[in-house]
Amino acid sequence: MTDVTIQIDNPMEIPFRRNGFIRFLNVFLGRKVVVFGAAIILALIVAAIFAPIISPYDPYSQNLSESLQPPSRAHLLGTDRFGRDVLSRIIYGTRVSLLVGIVSVGSAAFIGMTLGLIAGYFGRFINTLIMRFIDALMAIPPIMLALAIASALGGGLWNVIISLGISLIPTQARLMHGQVLTVKQADYITAGEVIGASDWRIMIKHVFPNCLPPLIVLITLNLGVAILAESALSFLGVGIRPPGAAWGSMVNDGYQYLLSNPILSFAPGFAIMLVVLAFNIVGDGLRDALDPRLRGTI
Amino acid sequence: MGTFILRRLIQTVVVLVLVSFFAYLLLYLIPGDPAVTMLGLEASKEQIEALRHELGLDRPMLFQYVNWFMNVVQGDFGKSLIYRENITDLILTRLPITFHLGLVSLFLSTLISIPAGVISAVKRGGLLDSVITVSANLGMAIPLFWLGILGVYLFSLKLGWLPVQGYTSPFSDFWMSTKQIIMPSICLSVVPLASLARQTRSSMLEVIRQDYIRTARSKGLKQRTIITGHALKNAIIPVVTLLGIQMRNLVGGSVLIETVFNIPGIGRLMVRGVFEKDFLIVQGCIVMVALVVALANLLVDISYGYFDPRIRHEE
Repeated sequence: MTDVTIQIDNPMEIPFRRNGFIRFLNVFLGRKVVVFGAAIILALIVAAIFAPIISPYDPYSQNLSESLQPPSRAHLLGTDRFGRDVLSRIIYGTRVSLLVGIVSVGSAAFIGMTLGLIAGYFGRFINTLIMRFIDALMAIPPIMLALAIASALGGGLWNVIISLGISLIPTQARLMHGQVLTVKQADYITAGEVIGASDWRIMIKHVFPNCLPPLIVLITLNLGVAILAESALSFLGVGIRPPGAAWGSMVNDGYQYLLSNPILSFAPGFAIMLVVLAFNIVGDGLRDALDPRLRGTI
Repeated sequence: MGTFILRRLIQTVVVLVLVSFFAYLLLYLIPGDPAVTMLGLEASKEQIEALRHELGLDRPMLFQYVNWFMNVVQGDFGKSLIYRENITDLILTRLPITFHLGLVSLFLSTLISIPAGVISAVKRGGLLDSVITVSANLGMAIPLFWLGILGVYLFSLKLGWLPVQGYTSPFSDFWMSTKQIIMPSICLSVVPLASLARQTRSSMLEVIRQDYIRTARSKGLKQRTIITGHALKNAIIPVVTLLGIQMRNLVGGSVLIETVFNIPGIGRLMVRGVFEKDFLIVQGCIVMVALVVALANLLVDISYGYFDPRIRHEE
């Protein structure tokens, strides 16, 4: 708005973009709570990548003579019933959470957005066909859907990812569909049709990018949802198989020692909450920074 | 309004038919022979063949689906392998328990969330607003099963105020039943509570900016009348929509809460079915839950007419 005097070759594009991005960063990082959320996500990524370096112990090595120890200087969060270091297992647990979150949300976003785009753009029969299927998926509580699919497939990391991916498709498709219906009304879409651009080109080049902002927010929020759901499946025992370190199954393992060693359940559960909270905060921050009008709609 | 209800009714039926198809497809997701998976490796050839026949795996899939669907419509989900009972009976004895839990949670979450959201919006930026917003954010992030465990630790093990787990029918021992249901239902109400409070807050903030609120103020109406009579009435519609969506979370959360507190509801039945590889139970639970959720949503949609007269008079 103020930097109109800067000499740039293409005045139509660059100042707008730069200002837009700076404005985005200003709003996004302007709130302390968002910085806090972003810092937690960064820490999560670092912990997942460098888990072998950061962890004080091997998360899988059992030492029965040191089982169920309370927190001490040697084991900051104590040890579980097999004498495994809880802190190391929590650090390794970041890998499961992050992997499940990214892969399941990524594939759900890809499939859901494609379905929503096609349904919204072509309308009529295709729309009815796709959206009724989405409605039906939506009618089943996501955790039950994921539980049923994961159990039919047989549990384990990749089956959890597949089942969560399927359960997250509906929200992505719904939002995309709604966005497409709005964007399709815009004059620039009509203009594209008038100059004879193909459906494909209009869909990919014009409709899709203009639908994106709320979807980016939803993807961020869904990362939290996926991590929470993965922990629930692992808690129920259909998720990551032992001895794999997943936060949800750690909470469940610790439940039977609740009176003597409450930290066994408390610590991994707190980690889940912190990470999900971080994704929610960052999602909200992104929404406010990308488009304040979206407040209350996602 | 009549055509609106009719259209929604047809939509609901279509959705439920599709859900039943998804539930049926579950059998085909099982790698290898579902009959072997369900019966275990020690089953005899005859047993496996008998189950294959019962599940219809020896006939074309679509044919068998139609067959199964016809039975489901008549209320027959088949016989459970582990309980050796009709699945419909199993579900019907457990559904009231989940309803009890769900209704108490729904009551708690609506009762608290709407006033909290209104206060938060009216006192925007104040201390109370911050407390409510932060709590709502925490409520969306907290793992339900973990919250349950924290509750057990604090109120049952440490303070000894509430029983650790279990369920008693309110008709046999009301006091015991209430003591047992209170913590599970508080835990289960957290997610809907948090999201309803957030939605109430943001839609109140939206409405408060409108001209008619300024008009009401300049007329000299009392703040209370403006908030409850003018603002909330208009802000409530998106909240009601969300309430419908939250039904899913209530039923879904029951899977976890019933496991933590050992409540013999439909969520627990489904988990049992999952572990015993009794997929007919899983199918039955999914169809029944979808039915309940769909009907609840239908009721919510019909209730729009009450909240928004524009919908009532639209023909």
